[in-house]
Amino acid sequence: MPRLRLTTVVPIAAVTLCLLQSCNNWSAPGSVKAASVKPDKQRKDAPDFSLKDADGKVVHLSDYKGKVVLLDFWATWCGPCKIEIPWFMDMQRKNKDKGFEVLGVAMDDEGWEAVKPFLADLGVNYRVVMGNDKIAETYGGVDALPTTFLIDRSGKIAAVHVGLASKKDFEDGVQELIQSPATSARGSAVPALIGAK
Amino acid sequence: MLAALLCLPLLAQSSGYLSVTEAPKVSGSRNAAVQAKIPVAVKSGYHVNSNVPSDDYLIPLKLTWKTTGALEPGQVSYPKPVVQRFEFQQANEKPLSVYIGNFEIAANFKVAANAPAGPGVAVGQLRYQACSDRACYPPKTIEVTVPYQVQ
Repeated sequence: MPRLRLTTVVPIAAVTLCLLQSCNNWSAPGSVKAASVKPDKQRKDAPDFSLKDADGKVVHLSDYKGKVVLLDFWATWCGPCKIEIPWFMDMQRKNKDKGFEVLGVAMDDEGWEAVKPFLADLGVNYRVVMGNDKIAETYGGVDALPTTFLIDRSGKIAAVHVGLASKKDFEDGVQELIQSPATSARGSAVPALIGAK
Repeated sequence: MLAALLCLPLLAQSSGYLSVTEAPKVSGSRNAAVQAKIPVAVKSGYHVNSNVPSDDYLIPLKLTWKTTGALEPGQVSYPKPVVQRFEFQQANEKPLSVYIGNFEIAANFKVAANAPAGPGVAVGQLRYQACSDRACYPPKTIEVTVPYQVQ
């Protein structure tokens, strides 16, 4: 039986180990893998919308293409939403220079009359638009609030959280998406901030 | 007996998180004060805000009347709420004023002075907003009926 040399064994062992650890999903040291974030191939396009912000300016989701977006459906009468909003403010502060934006969609029937004072009370530091049943329908109904979508740089839904989730889960998901480059429709990597505003 | 059981669901209005059973028939003569007790049930695992929530942003439980026929609507008496702290609240927040499980709303009426003798039905709406420990649901309105008999 021929003796295996060290120079042969080491590369084979390295390849085997790499395969065992799922080479394709290997992440650089310090990177994050969030349990809730779907693999690229399972992600679907986030429906675009045209909704007005508190200043009456029309906002399209497509304005944010190239950025990671945390899209939060919420309402002033929703207690669990009030827990998450300060988390999102914190994430906005920490990541706004990394191609990340939080976008709130208020679902209050009373409109800005109810929402503006609430935003002022909490000192919300990200953009909020006024939602409606039609837009909620395009996102699968959105009955329970909060419902939060993490959208990758290619405008695809990478994760959905229905109801109060953990801050760590959001942070891990956001970090994973921030670290990932955008992919084109064919799945090839494109520069992360193309089209970002 | 079977017929009675089959009819029971028809007497209840449900909208997911809260159901209202038709109030027992009230009866009285002209100018008499009558009170209807409306049975309400909140689904297990959920709560609805009381008629006086602990925060201005919260939506109260509220009964209003659409048509009352020969009855003149009076005060609506809501039960004493449960004051409870929930998992989603921050430590510095006030406990919430809510209703959980089964309770009754008392609706007071006066039989109109010129009411014709006979049966009728008062129809109202109960608006509520429900939450679980982890999520809240948009406000809903459910129909309330009170059958009455003018003697």
